Amino acid sequence: MKKPDSGHSESWRPSASLDDLKARASLLADIRSFFSERGVLEVETPALSHAATTDPAIESFVTQHRGPASGKEPPLYLHTSPEFPMKRLLAAGSGSIYQICKVFRSEEYGRLHNPEFTLLEWYRTGYDYHEMMDELENLVSGLLEPYIQLGSSERRSYAEVFQVYAGINPHQADLQALKKCAEEHAVSIPVSMLEDGDTSSKDVWLDLLLTQIIGPRLGKDKLTFLYDYPASQASLAKIRQENENGGGEVAERFELYLKGVELANGFHELQDHNEQAKRFKAEVDRRISEGRPAIPQDEYLLEALEHGLPQCSGVAMGLDRLLMLATGHRSLREVIAFPFDRA
Amino acid sequence: MVGQMATYSTSEFKGGLKILIDGDPYSIVENDIVKPGKGQAFNRVKIRNLKTGRVIDRTYKSGESVEAADVMDTDMQYLYNDGEFWHFMHPETFEQITADKAAIGEAEKWLKEQDICMVTLWNDAPISVTPPNFVELKVADTDPGLRGDTSSGGGKPATMETGAVVRVPLFIEIGEVLKIDTRIGEYVSRVKD
Repeated sequence: MKKPDSGHSESWRPSASLDDLKARASLLADIRSFFSERGVLEVETPALSHAATTDPAIESFVTQHRGPASGKEPPLYLHTSPEFPMKRLLAAGSGSIYQICKVFRSEEYGRLHNPEFTLLEWYRTGYDYHEMMDELENLVSGLLEPYIQLGSSERRSYAEVFQVYAGINPHQADLQALKKCAEEHAVSIPVSMLEDGDTSSKDVWLDLLLTQIIGPRLGKDKLTFLYDYPASQASLAKIRQENENGGGEVAERFELYLKGVELANGFHELQDHNEQAKRFKAEVDRRISEGRPAIPQDEYLLEALEHGLPQCSGVAMGLDRLLMLATGHRSLREVIAFPFDRA
Repeated sequence: MVGQMATYSTSEFKGGLKILIDGDPYSIVENDIVKPGKGQAFNRVKIRNLKTGRVIDRTYKSGESVEAADVMDTDMQYLYNDGEFWHFMHPETFEQITADKAAIGEAEKWLKEQDICMVTLWNDAPISVTPPNFVELKVADTDPGLRGDTSSGGGKPATMETGAVVRVPLFIEIGEVLKIDTRIGEYVSRVKD
């Protein structure tokens, strides 16, 4: 027997206040004027595509087009980021471009995740990733100025924050050392990762330490850029041979943190189509080995890279999270008119 | 009934879900997905032990499964206390259950015979009792109000018929019936017959 529901359901109402929706509108207007002043072109690319991300950590929504050959059509995927078609525009000579769009990620729903969310993504031709961080810093500082006071921004390497907050070298530590580090810092370790025969990779352990110990301490009252990720987490970033600190490879990738929340992810973009094809294949192989559906890789992207992607950097930023931090809220629900459970 | 062990995947986690951990039933208080931009997703949850009320943190790798706890909240009428056990009855089926001191916990001081309480059952045995949000109780004892007292800020303690001690306004007298908010243990109003 359930307790009777008292009163009417209010779920038809927006979960965000009108003030917060107005703040959203002005955020979007400010972003557009920022890029317009800098001569960056606003573009639109398909949300529905025949190919999708192969990234094993991201799950696409799948749907189908009902055409004359009903039932025979291949699956279609809602984009999880507009990255691939935007790179095709870059390869076709668009110059620097930006896009504000809804993207869709399955299996991501929580206080800081909504399966449908608003992304700002932009690319700058000729920029390396530090110049890209400069521009991101300019944009975000300007957008947040009416809302919160920030100290001067900082840039810290992935290796440095692991050394400072976890006392470990993330590039050289092995599984045993990472596990010991997690235990020493009283991290709540998922039970399955302690079982015999657990196959969690080194990256899973690094992600555990990053999300439990390090991330929450980043960007307390300032913008903190985290850069130079392990090469195994390169995703679509260029990999560089490091000469200092005993060498090794790092990915020219960065993330922006504010108040412990990850806001943006950027790359010095990979241009080599052979290397890109190799990374696609490795990701599809991993999906198959985990018993998950293979995903058709984006052949158009590979052709565009083969044609030639200009040297460029790109960054994607979650606007709902940015708005949440600007308005001092704790959950995305408070800045999205109709979150997933009311959609 | 012996069935297959029910489990929940992390994608089903949400506030209020009842799960079994180290042999104890827990309720999820808050579920956070923590996911580095391009990496492994984790569920960081705050869970409350339904037997002790203690709240702890746990982390799961997204995709893991957790055993479900057979926990049910049921509205039942409080009948009487026999000195050792508290007896409740289901108002429709008339089925009766008994709860021990550990299950009653803090609810003891609010329980008045006939009141409908929420009894939490785990594997059909009561593990906690939640009194109604508002109860109407008679004042068993309190100091007489001081006539002409104008420093009305403080109020005074009053012992209710169930044993609970509540701060009440100075004008309240023995024998009056008061409406009390059990969630915060505070006086709300006098109840007129």
